[in-house]
Amino acid sequence: MARPRAGAFILGPLLAVGALLTAFPFFWMVTTSLKPLAESYTYPPTVLPSTISLASYQRLFGDFGFGRYVVNTLIVVLIGFIGMFLVAMAGYAFAKFRFRGKGFLFVLVLSTMMVPVQVAMIPTYLILNSLQLTNTLVGIALPTLVSAFNIFLFRQFMTTIPDDLLEAARLDGAGEFRILWSIVLPLSRPILAVGSVLTFITGWNSFIWPLIIANDQLNYTLSVGISLLNKQLAINPPLQMAGASLMVIPIVIVFVIFQRYIVQGFTLSGLR
Amino acid sequence: MTATAARREASFLGVAVPPTWRRSALVPYVLVGPALLCLVTFSIVSIFVAAAVSLTNLDIGGLADFSQVRFIGLHNYQTLFSDPAFWEALGNTAFFVVVGVPTLVIGSLAIAIALNYSRSRFFRALRAFYFVPAITAIVAISLIWGNLYNSQFGLLNWVLSLVGAGPVQWLTDPTIAKFSVALVAIWRGSGQDIIIFLAALQAIPPEYYEAAAVDGAGEWQKIFRITVPLMRFAIFFVTVTTLINWMQFFDEPYVLTQGGPVHATTSMSLYIYQQGFRYNEFGFAAAASIVLFAIIAAVTIMQLRARQGDSG
Repeated sequence: MARPRAGAFILGPLLAVGALLTAFPFFWMVTTSLKPLAESYTYPPTVLPSTISLASYQRLFGDFGFGRYVVNTLIVVLIGFIGMFLVAMAGYAFAKFRFRGKGFLFVLVLSTMMVPVQVAMIPTYLILNSLQLTNTLVGIALPTLVSAFNIFLFRQFMTTIPDDLLEAARLDGAGEFRILWSIVLPLSRPILAVGSVLTFITGWNSFIWPLIIANDQLNYTLSVGISLLNKQLAINPPLQMAGASLMVIPIVIVFVIFQRYIVQGFTLSGLR
Repeated sequence: MTATAARREASFLGVAVPPTWRRSALVPYVLVGPALLCLVTFSIVSIFVAAAVSLTNLDIGGLADFSQVRFIGLHNYQTLFSDPAFWEALGNTAFFVVVGVPTLVIGSLAIAIALNYSRSRFFRALRAFYFVPAITAIVAISLIWGNLYNSQFGLLNWVLSLVGAGPVQWLTDPTIAKFSVALVAIWRGSGQDIIIFLAALQAIPPEYYEAAAVDGAGEWQKIFRITVPLMRFAIFFVTVTTLINWMQFFDEPYVLTQGGPVHATTSMSLYIYQQGFRYNEFGFAAAASIVLFAIIAAVTIMQLRARQGDSG
């Protein structure tokens, strides 16, 4: 590359300050979560905890039963992965089969993107209620199980798989499900990676559906559990921040490891 | 083709398929079916359900006993349009859109152009900081900001007190609360837009800039004569998606203010949620959903039209 342009010496520090300001709330979250309760109320506030206390985390898992919420959240995420498999199936069909009504069905898939989630809130609740799926983890995962945009992405990717390969497998007597499982999916690893990371993030962070669909604490996810920490009579900042850390830190770890896929996924989809 | 078809094992999921169901005829529908069923149920079907329910008096009693549900025509819509809280929610949503969308689009574009200015390791490392808020849960973020905003022991007021500025009622003053809630959403939303803009910036061939440099163009000229015009589609795409997101604004006000103080931060989505799930007026809330859907659809179509007229 050419020598750094002069502007870099002005923009660099400016962007660095912006980056620190962006990161600061997370830093504050972690330090506050480690403060003893009394210290969190002191004025002026302390930036670093004078003594490190894990009491808030213990209370979250003890009195507040967050262990259950973590398990529920992970189950919702796992159900999301089943959804991604359905997406892969549909993407494969749209990419590699000719069938009557294909064009119409694909337009139908894309048109579902026009219906905003929040608008579907009431009817979705009523539909799930009539299926007796309210207050179940399956019910929580179902409204976002399949993403139209992911079908589009999978289809785009899978059209690049050579037809000859599939035809050869058919000649060898492989069933269609087997072809999907042992040829198409392994070849689709890049798009599966993007899809998996986004599926994890969406499931882990999902808020509005668990809020509406889980009526009792047994089915709360982390996000709902944490939102309730703001409704306690006495505000307990370390407890709130411990809850927030519990939600944010796993995502930041996933981000650090899979940054490339996340950026790809966002670029392609604008995170739907 | 017929020879290969005959040799193919007619099976799906290991189950033998009767020879009359030709593979090519059935398999794609089986593959597409489950995904399509899920998608259509929770989007297109749900719009029809909402439209139907909005003409009834369905509430918690009706949910338990369907014989209580009555067709009441457009009564819900009449009540809705005469409810000042609905108009306030609509106004608040408009406020959030007017403040949030331009700030986000212009801010993200500026940051993306700055981040793209140099390909050095330092600049690339900085990107991650700007991306992270976009993937973290809004609920968690709202709690953190609620803490920073706290008027008794919050950090923001303490920082202001250092420069002699008085304490600000971040979340308890109706006007300021609107901005405070919007700021959190702007901080959170920027990462996603920056990623999309950066991808678009990297797709611009460097030759354009080299040619401009030869012609003696300055940095600002390059940005406004080359970058921005070439980014038109990305800017349009980001504007549309950001706009739709902001019209559905929900999580931040729900956690930070519960829509308060006195409805000042109640967005349309939050209004629908409260009518539906706090007061259990499903018919009424469905009517509000239909109105929100109509507004979002109208705005989206207007933008697509503008876009077509623009390029045609």
